[in-house]
Amino acid sequence: MSAENREPSGVRLSQSRTPPSTEYEMVVGLEVHVQLKTRTKAFCRCSTSFGDAPNTNVCPVCLALPGALPVLNAEAVELAVRAAVGLGCTVHETSIFARKNYFYPDLPKGYQISQFDRPLATGGRLEFPVADRSTTVGITRVHMEEDAGKSLHDRFPGATAIDLNRAGVPLIEIVSEPDMRSPAEAGAYLRALKQILEYARISDVSMEEGSLRVDANVSARRRGETRLGQKTEVKNMNSFSGVERALEVEFARQCELLERGGSVEQQTMLWDGATGQVRPARAKEGSHDYRYFPEPDLPPLVLEAGFVRRVRESLPELPAERRARFASEYKLTAYDVDVLTSAVAVADYFERVADRADPKTAANWIMGEVLAALRASGQAIDEFMVRPADLAALLGLVASGTVSHTAAKQIFAVMAAKGGNPAEIANAQGLLQVSDDDQLRRWLDEVVAEHPREAERLAAGEKKLQGVLIGAVMKKSKGSADPKRLGQLLAERFGT
Amino acid sequence: MSANASGIAAAVRSGARAPRAIADEALTKAHAADERDQLNIFITIADRYARDAAAALEGDAARHEAPLLGVPYVAKDNLSVTGLPVTCGSRILEGYVGPYTATAIERMTRAGAILVGKTNMDEFAMGSSTEYSAFGVTRNPLAPTLVPGGSSGGSAAAVAAGIAPIGLGSETGGSVRQPAAFCGIVGVKPTYGRVSRYGLVAFASSLDQIGVFGRDVQDAALAMRVIAGRDDLDATSADVAVPGYGARAGSLKGTVIGKPREYFPPELDPKIAALCGAALERLRALGAEVRDVSLPHTAMAIPVYYIVAPAEASSNLARFDGVRYGLRMEGDGLRGMYEATRSKGFGPEVTRRIMLGTYVLSAGYYDAYYRKAMQVRTLITDDFRKVFASGVHALFTPTTPTPAFAPGSKSDPYEMYLSDIFTCTANLAGIPAISVPIGRVNGLPAGGQFMCAHFEEQRMFELSFALEAALGAEAHR
Amino acid sequence: MANPVTIADVRHVASLARLGLSDERADVLTRDLNTILEHMAVLGGVDTSGVAEATTASGTGMPLRPDGGAPIPLLEPPAAFAPAMRDGLLQVPRLATHEQAES
Repeated sequence: MSAENREPSGVRLSQSRTPPSTEYEMVVGLEVHVQLKTRTKAFCRCSTSFGDAPNTNVCPVCLALPGALPVLNAEAVELAVRAAVGLGCTVHETSIFARKNYFYPDLPKGYQISQFDRPLATGGRLEFPVADRSTTVGITRVHMEEDAGKSLHDRFPGATAIDLNRAGVPLIEIVSEPDMRSPAEAGAYLRALKQILEYARISDVSMEEGSLRVDANVSARRRGETRLGQKTEVKNMNSFSGVERALEVEFARQCELLERGGSVEQQTMLWDGATGQVRPARAKEGSHDYRYFPEPDLPPLVLEAGFVRRVRESLPELPAERRARFASEYKLTAYDVDVLTSAVAVADYFERVADRADPKTAANWIMGEVLAALRASGQAIDEFMVRPADLAALLGLVASGTVSHTAAKQIFAVMAAKGGNPAEIANAQGLLQVSDDDQLRRWLDEVVAEHPREAERLAAGEKKLQGVLIGAVMKKSKGSADPKRLGQLLAERFGT
Repeated sequence: MSANASGIAAAVRSGARAPRAIADEALTKAHAADERDQLNIFITIADRYARDAAAALEGDAARHEAPLLGVPYVAKDNLSVTGLPVTCGSRILEGYVGPYTATAIERMTRAGAILVGKTNMDEFAMGSSTEYSAFGVTRNPLAPTLVPGGSSGGSAAAVAAGIAPIGLGSETGGSVRQPAAFCGIVGVKPTYGRVSRYGLVAFASSLDQIGVFGRDVQDAALAMRVIAGRDDLDATSADVAVPGYGARAGSLKGTVIGKPREYFPPELDPKIAALCGAALERLRALGAEVRDVSLPHTAMAIPVYYIVAPAEASSNLARFDGVRYGLRMEGDGLRGMYEATRSKGFGPEVTRRIMLGTYVLSAGYYDAYYRKAMQVRTLITDDFRKVFASGVHALFTPTTPTPAFAPGSKSDPYEMYLSDIFTCTANLAGIPAISVPIGRVNGLPAGGQFMCAHFEEQRMFELSFALEAALGAEAHR
Repeated sequence: MANPVTIADVRHVASLARLGLSDERADVLTRDLNTILEHMAVLGGVDTSGVAEATTASGTGMPLRPDGGAPIPLLEPPAAFAPAMRDGLLQVPRLATHEQAES
């Protein structure tokens, strides 16, 4: 409380203005929409492929032509149940689809087929690290629904352009309990959620591509208060860090309002990443009335006996298990495990290399050379020109002494740019390690002749100059000289 | 056309008649009905479509055994047919031509049938007289100053006028059986899920079914067999085998026919009651037992129907918004476009039902109206289940409380809704029902209705054959 | 069952349903809805405790389809029947920036 306090004697105590946000607690719940990685749409056989010419992946069903009917995609059910199981939810044997009715030009039927009071799954949890501790957030529900088309507001002047390719793509909506208390927690939740869904192989979960979308519900209450404050919904974030920033800004706005004695209005706020501000979405007359009712075109979804058990048993290895296995099977350090498992594609890549080469060496090369190359080129590891078998082969050449470590890096650079077989490249570029003593001695002679002063100093006992001479031979030999043998020969020659 | 469908098919198979000649004859009659007799049966007479189809049939040896080979038929204009306009009797689909074909139509085509035209209907199937069409009223061929019934009035009139032996219509609350009764022909509503709804423009999804008109029970049964069966494109279509509906039973000994007292109230037109009584006598004479039964929640049927159907319709008709097809009117921004399009495109009855439907689904009213109605609907269904479980094989009732009436005579919308009083229960319960002619009231056709348990169409047809045969020419006097 | 429908209710419902109503249409509809709903009041007297709502279930649950197969063909592409299309995109009057989907 930033009030002035006056002692009876008239001495004014210093006004210590505590920032409102330490008196108020942030309460956050997140609704995450995830596109399921199916070949065809939820209710029709149109392709879900991204980036095709507009309005070409359409049919009577997803165009909502008069007389068309929805038929549910079995794979969408499989993936949705897999996600629910991965999040520890109770999957309901019977669930019911419902119509969510509202008018919008990218919603062809004038309603979205979703689930309302009988969703696919409820009651899960996600455990994840935040800072240096572990926390758990409850998952209220996971339900199935269909995506809308895309509206482009700035394509044509005075008009909004609609592409219905995306209309009908299957989604799951994952609703969390309002268990998060800070932007960092929200960010960590999202990263852990993305990782689990990626490992479960149900979606690309990319916010950049739109296969993962986040709506945040945030409210403020005095610390110690148990009742929830009035929440607002914040939308339009397109990265996890954007979510964190938006929460911070909206929370500050709410606190400031409450501080002034105002009250928070129930409304939707839109995040503007460019300006770092939130503003209210266009005012609506009253709150949404979606007039939900059970979808009469779809009988209740009844999962056959044993379906959920089968999904659970065939669940791909989830992050926690993978981490544990990497640590025990490959004897990697905690740090290595973290880096290698943060993305499932990297973890998969590592395993394929570690199958045929020394795991620790593989780990170092991947964490070092491979990730650096990917960062530089912006590629995804799945597109990387160096396939796991090739990297393993390269590491094998180093291990057998066929090429030196330095040469290997050169070979790697070539492979990264154009692919290819490491042994062939080594051969072609003359990088095969030369261990032939005569050749090595010849090079040493040349180098000693070219660096007389260094040779003198080495002979006089300055051991560190060995590196310079070896380096010179490596350069002369284009990296093919065996540095270890060179060291031995030098030592013989100079008696070091 | 006095020959029935199987007669026509046999003649084509034997080479006695050619499909193109048959199609031409039907088209000529179609044009005469509308142009000369002003019956206003058709929205589209498909001259070229029919002639092309007939030509394709000639020399198509593969379809030689097709059950409806060369048989002309008409289809209600809420069935999507590739290349023909689909209006649903509404302005809002102005200019819209079917880009795909309904499953039932595909099956008719595969069976060799020739579509000659799309028929008039109450707008979006909402009505009981075909007065609510944006394309004018259809006249009853047997009494041209009166309505043919609705909403499938055009198809009923086409069959009654002898243009084609078979017509496809749709049922939501009685829209095939009631016009069949008014026009003196046979009208069948199958079990919900018996016939695929893919390509039938939805009115009320949990009630809609495609129904069949025929001059006699045999033709109706033949057509029903062709269109029935599971369809992968309709998740509500049932995976139940389709029997041959042509088989006839011998005597009716052992058959129990229920006479539900709620369908024979004291105020029922005594002439209709008498015709029903006479029909039941015929059935007794064939060996059937007639038993008094009760369906206690019958009085709730109209209120339930007029909550559930408009509610589903309000959602089904949201897609008519001017964005992807049909009429588009300009207005103030996007909302203005929606409102101008929908107010110009929809007629008053459709507007009324969308309003009613939206209201009963809206926040604060859903529990009291929609949810309550769906619960009472279960009770109505249970009434039937209990009666059928008690040893009753079929129920017999009047199809309508009155014969055909004059257009404009039912100005109170609720009065119009009461025309469905005997028919909408079958739609609510999802059970099959059929109307067969049972005589005349002041010269106007009257229909009697059989209702059976789910997927008991076979039994229903057997009883209808028996009654039809027993009544003979009396059915049309 | 419920209170009478007012003209304000009618305007609200018409807005939800995107039906543009003239004043006189609104008046007529207010009367019509009240008349019709009066007849529905009889449902209030039916005991439905413990009664499940009707579904289109047939007992075997929803049939599913495999994730593949050719898309359902259209005789003609959307451009053939779309009221306004440009560069392959459907066009509608522009929404105000970030106008949210309204109920």
